[in-house]
Amino acid sequence: MNQKVLKIAGQAGPLIALIFVFGLFAILGGGDFCQWGTMNDILMLSAIVGIAAVGATLIIISGGIDLSVGCTLAAVTIILARLLNLKSGDTYLVEQYPVLWPLCAAIGGIVLGGAIGLLIGAAVVGHIGRAAAVILGGLVIVWLRDGNSMPLVVCILLGIVAGGILWYLNRVTIKKTPLPPFIVTLGLWASLRGAAKWMAGGSAVYADIDEVDGTAIWLNNLMRDIKVGDLILPMPGVWIWIVLAIVIGLMLTYTRFGRHIYAVGSNENTARLCGINVEKTKILTYVVAIGCAGIAGVLRFSWLGMGDPTTDMGTELLVIAAVVIGGASLNGGVGGIGGTIIGTLIIMIVYKGCTVLGLENFVQEIVTGAIIVAAVALDQVRHRKAE
Amino acid sequence: MTDTVANASAGTASSVMPRLKMAGITKRFGPTIALGGVSLAVHAGEVHALIGENGAGKSTLMKALSGAHQADTGAMWIDGQPYQPKSPLDGRDFGVAMIYQELSLAQHLSVMENIVLGDEPRMGPFMRWGEVRRISREALAHVGLEDLPLDTIVSTLSNAQQQLIEIARSMATGAKVLVFDEPTSSLSQHDIENLFTLIRELKAKDYAIVYISHFLEEIQEITDRFTVLRDGQSVGSGVTAEAEVANIIAMMVGRDVKDLYPRSDRVVCERVCEVRNVAGIDKPADVSLELHRGEVVGIAGVVGAGRTEFFRCLFALDSVRSGMIKIETISGNAGGNFTPHQLWDGGVGIVSEDRKREGLATELSIADNLTMASQPFFITPGWQSKACEPWIEKIPIKCASPFQPIDGLSGGNQQKVAIARLLHSNVDILLLDEPTRGIDVGSKAQIYQLIDELASGDPENGIKPKAVLMISSYLPELLGTCDRIGVMCKGKLGAIKAIADVDEHSIMLEATGTEDMQ
Repeated sequence: MNQKVLKIAGQAGPLIALIFVFGLFAILGGGDFCQWGTMNDILMLSAIVGIAAVGATLIIISGGIDLSVGCTLAAVTIILARLLNLKSGDTYLVEQYPVLWPLCAAIGGIVLGGAIGLLIGAAVVGHIGRAAAVILGGLVIVWLRDGNSMPLVVCILLGIVAGGILWYLNRVTIKKTPLPPFIVTLGLWASLRGAAKWMAGGSAVYADIDEVDGTAIWLNNLMRDIKVGDLILPMPGVWIWIVLAIVIGLMLTYTRFGRHIYAVGSNENTARLCGINVEKTKILTYVVAIGCAGIAGVLRFSWLGMGDPTTDMGTELLVIAAVVIGGASLNGGVGGIGGTIIGTLIIMIVYKGCTVLGLENFVQEIVTGAIIVAAVALDQVRHRKAE
Repeated sequence: MTDTVANASAGTASSVMPRLKMAGITKRFGPTIALGGVSLAVHAGEVHALIGENGAGKSTLMKALSGAHQADTGAMWIDGQPYQPKSPLDGRDFGVAMIYQELSLAQHLSVMENIVLGDEPRMGPFMRWGEVRRISREALAHVGLEDLPLDTIVSTLSNAQQQLIEIARSMATGAKVLVFDEPTSSLSQHDIENLFTLIRELKAKDYAIVYISHFLEEIQEITDRFTVLRDGQSVGSGVTAEAEVANIIAMMVGRDVKDLYPRSDRVVCERVCEVRNVAGIDKPADVSLELHRGEVVGIAGVVGAGRTEFFRCLFALDSVRSGMIKIETISGNAGGNFTPHQLWDGGVGIVSEDRKREGLATELSIADNLTMASQPFFITPGWQSKACEPWIEKIPIKCASPFQPIDGLSGGNQQKVAIARLLHSNVDILLLDEPTRGIDVGSKAQIYQLIDELASGDPENGIKPKAVLMISSYLPELLGTCDRIGVMCKGKLGAIKAIADVDEHSIMLEATGTEDMQ
């Protein structure tokens, strides 16, 4: 009986909680809460945290965790701002290619996320040499660019070559020492924030150009409306979130890679026994997941309109909370994208709802913390019952 | 039924009060009735076997006894005193001690700290270490470990020694009733004999002992009386020496098991696997064998002989130090440097000895577990159920649907999923490591049947026979299923002999390394 209740609660629980939380704030906040502006804000904020959470769902299902996702977002905003400020000769690249260059910048941000994923994944599976290869590649790019002012493309290519050689040399490791992802990403939580500040030169980086010929650059408008000819696309960021969630959700359920993520998270030994390349699966999981965080970083840039090395302090906790509230287990092997979306909305409704009710910031923080602990406690109870 | 048990127990010891008496114990978990009125009486100086398939209610009954569960109805007495434990701690105070199959010592603490754990002699907040040493020394003397230094860290001890320390711990807490739950499953033959000697001594010291085991040979050797449970009911009891094994099995499964080990005509075909002088990093030391289609080859040996390690080397899960492995179903294999993935692809599959830790991913569904070793790039639920249903039907696996989580199945059905994984991947070479460990007799029979079918093939329908290499610590099973048997001792695999040339005695001699002394 008890188990049945828990099972149903595990499946429908997040949705019921979402309706409850929404209802609660609708009653308490009345007209202030139930208006388009508030809903708009909730959706916008949810899109950023939600995209990062979609990625984090993969990591948590695989039995890992990422405490450094907030820093990834910050680093991506800086890279984006700096790329948008690039000049070719005397003119800004953005002015020459108002559509294409922001797209390149966005891809650059996502690739940075993927590279951070590669770094974390390599460290987690114990390929320390390969983790070092990623760092080397990054340092070569920065060093060539800042010290010698070479063309960016050359810097990137040389960086990839340098990192790639070291990566290749590490193809055979004598004895791997896997590191706990908690520790790896806790270390990055500090280091990556530092790296972001270094890239930013210590303070926020503003984009020099925000419109070309009277038209705003689309990259700055992802969190508002985008005009494509006569059509207006409202809230592109939210659409990106929805599309990404569907793609990743389908991948998780209907592809071999997706099933392998569950297998590795549920029981690594079984996965290995069944011929699954556990190391490769884990590394790829971090790359895809933190690549998603890269997309979240692009949206964050769009929201802020600048690169800010101090942005998203504490976002990692919101992200993890959203995933766990959505029904994923921190022990791995259990979770899903649908739950994560609901979890994200719950967190953000509480967050925004508190603001609407005029509660102080610290109330928000206390409530969010309590929800995180409650969600993890529920996860542990569920897990113990399953045994 | 239950009445007869109670009467039978009362009959043998009419004048003496039983040390432990349980009467009419019932326990429900939601809609399932785990215990439907079980009675049990164990006298001082008696070893009482509790027999039954998995899920028959043995563990639930013992949890009710230890205080881990509270029975819904029924009553218990210890030495005539009503006994209603609220918790395992409560049970310990009344003198009930459990010796579990999985050892429950604090691995990082010393022997003496473990012995007094939870009941430390103190003066105010301070430990009385002198007293701790005295108690520990005394308790260890009971189990024949007088010479063990008291501050040895438990994790450095062998399984057998740890078990003895657990027994010593229950002595120290003043236990009167000892429950041994599958105590021999991780012990070598030699250690088992030592344990039995100890149990006999405890018996002589008037302890009441409940002994749970799947091994009927052990039960015949060590116990005085037995009670058989099936589906939460006691279905029979009696004096062990007077009972026939076949009768006990019939009581356990509720039907006659005539042909536990079926054996069709097997035709040995071409060689599929050749292993020459393989040595691992630590174990095995030297293994050579040939495996053909249409035969079942068994590897006997004591726990720790290096049999599982050999399988891990063969399946590329551990590194091979030297030697040659040739898998003939994989074309163009030169050095034998495979990955597990290549082996699955090339028609080799493995069943792990440890279902929980390695064999299965318990959070996932039957379908996910069954198809894990070979899946297409895109996987739909339709594909999964189509892939699983033939095996669920054929083996058969008792379940509601292929998408049911695997942790809801019984051990036997879980094991069948682990074996079905090999069939789904359509392997030609099956490596089975303890394929029937800890599962009920009914499931065992089905697995033996399946192994026989696979090894025989079906030439008329064009199904080629497969090659089976099987590790087992259960000799009757090896003798019943295999065509050839090799014995592994201290990492070395001896000559592989035809089944007609070996018997339990010769295998045991070789396995324990005493053959040469004879």
